Amino acid sequence: MSGALLLVEALNGLQLGVLLFLIAAGLTLVFGVLDLVNLAHGTQYMLGAYLAVTFAAWTGSFALGLVLATVGALAIGAVLERLVLGRLLARSHLDQVLATYGLILLLEEGAKTIWGAAPLSLPVPALLSGTVSLTAELTYPVYRLFLLGAGLAVAVLLWALIEHTRSGVRLRAGASDATMLDALGVNTRLLFAWVLAFGAMLAGFAGAMAAPLVSVEPSMGGSVLILAFVVIVLGGTGSVRGAFIGALLVGLTDTFGRFVLAELLRAGLGSSASRQAGPALSSMLIYLLMAGVLAFRPQGLLPASGRT
Amino acid sequence: MGLRDGRPLIRRALIVVALAALVLSPLAARGFANQYLLSLATTATIFALAAVSLQLIVGQAGLVSFGHAAFLGIGAYAPLILGAAGLDDALVSLPVAMLAAGGFALATGVVALRTRGVTFIMITLAFAQMAYFVAGALAAFGGDDGAPLDRPLLMRTGVLPNHIAFHAIAVALLVGAVLLLRGLAAAPFGRALAAARQSEARAIGCGIDVTRARLIAYTIAGAVGGLAGWLLGVHSEFVSPAFMDWRNSGELLVMVILGGAATPEGAALGAVGFILIEEVSSGITEHWRLIVGPAIVLFVLLRRRRIFA
Repeated sequence: MSGALLLVEALNGLQLGVLLFLIAAGLTLVFGVLDLVNLAHGTQYMLGAYLAVTFAAWTGSFALGLVLATVGALAIGAVLERLVLGRLLARSHLDQVLATYGLILLLEEGAKTIWGAAPLSLPVPALLSGTVSLTAELTYPVYRLFLLGAGLAVAVLLWALIEHTRSGVRLRAGASDATMLDALGVNTRLLFAWVLAFGAMLAGFAGAMAAPLVSVEPSMGGSVLILAFVVIVLGGTGSVRGAFIGALLVGLTDTFGRFVLAELLRAGLGSSASRQAGPALSSMLIYLLMAGVLAFRPQGLLPASGRT
Repeated sequence: MGLRDGRPLIRRALIVVALAALVLSPLAARGFANQYLLSLATTATIFALAAVSLQLIVGQAGLVSFGHAAFLGIGAYAPLILGAAGLDDALVSLPVAMLAAGGFALATGVVALRTRGVTFIMITLAFAQMAYFVAGALAAFGGDDGAPLDRPLLMRTGVLPNHIAFHAIAVALLVGAVLLLRGLAAAPFGRALAAARQSEARAIGCGIDVTRARLIAYTIAGAVGGLAGWLLGVHSEFVSPAFMDWRNSGELLVMVILGGAATPEGAALGAVGFILIEEVSSGITEHWRLIVGPAIVLFVLLRRRRIFA
């Protein structure tokens, strides 16, 4: 196991983590502050990817496509909030599960109808294609570094928003005690609407960024949604900081875990058996991680203040 | 989830009609010379049983579990795995299916029940995903693609391969499960669950061991879910990890909520209704989800007074 290989795996893990953070950040606020089970959040990611593909093709520019896709995701998030999600805030979790499940059916089938069921792809923009040398013997794709950088930049931006602005203060207050916030005269309804739309935008942005790396198809939101759930539970619902740590943990565990497990199995069992058992066992790693953390700390690693 | 009344007459009528339809479907299949009708009715019955088992967790214990499909999957894999070991009589595989699923429920329930609310929903989902991945890793049993399953003999008789007899057994098990759950709900155990559902703190204050009651309910639900899964695998003559997909857990939840989570017979009705809606609308257009999706959303948003409380 060379150092270069470990570095590549670490970068891959961080990149996955950053992507998961973008998706989970909005969702953890929705779960934690609004107490809303939004199963349709994964479809926001999926729609962001599709919009990026479409807008990039229309305008011929990846950057424009990215920007338009993000704006589009914000718009869709706002529309969903107005029509459906905003009305679910007062309902029971069961009702929320049912309604957002209906939304998933609608949005996934809608995407399939508009763009077809066959997977689409978005080529990496010329400026960001190719690889860069990290060490004498190691190269790494430029685009993945771009993703990592952009994701971290958004994380810093979010941190600044939450820690150093008025709205951020209100948000953190809402995570601790939403009723009190309302009683103090803050327009929680508007705040929550913004949280929903903004979270959707982040997820759409993540989808647009991920589009050059994954195959864009209607059900891509599902697998990512579950990973986001794990991230949120690990970090503590309502805590963006927790989501960040959780996302990095999940990203690193998943990539490193697969890598290490594959090596161990190959050494222990021989290549064919390990090729069969490896992927499944490594898929389980993050769930084992989550179960382990929850067994000792049910509230998550960095719960929103006032909730421990 | 308090009132069970609403419009009792309509509800009872619907239940009687649905039950009659299920019981009489073999005759209808013969009358219309369409064996598919019988197969559909059996599928509906099996999912009704699955929904009833979920109702114990969702409706009676008041917990939203998003991992119920795992119990079905475990129950379905039992005859496949036992069959490879030469133990393919239903008398062996069915109890093992229920024990395995119930055991999984017990083990995961111990961890899951330490959490509440949204976290509980997600941890049940995660456990189901684990089961899904393990099933996909079983290369000997088809891995991701799954494997076919022969209909087992029951005590060396060919009862189960007979579609009508199988259907009758499924309906009998469904009715039995509904009666069992109704009995549980009325018993002190069910009352303890109901109390904990309405106010956990107060129930604990009354001396009720809430976690223990919920764990028992979760385990029983898992076992009955395993039974439904066993039936499903045998009926489909095919078993695959897709049984445990989280979307199936979602569909089971939808069935329970649709019919009303307050009673087991409501959940059963919801399952039958959901299967029918899916069947009819997919016959109309392949994009049926574009219609059913918004219909579900509207159903939730618009209902104020629910027929099945």
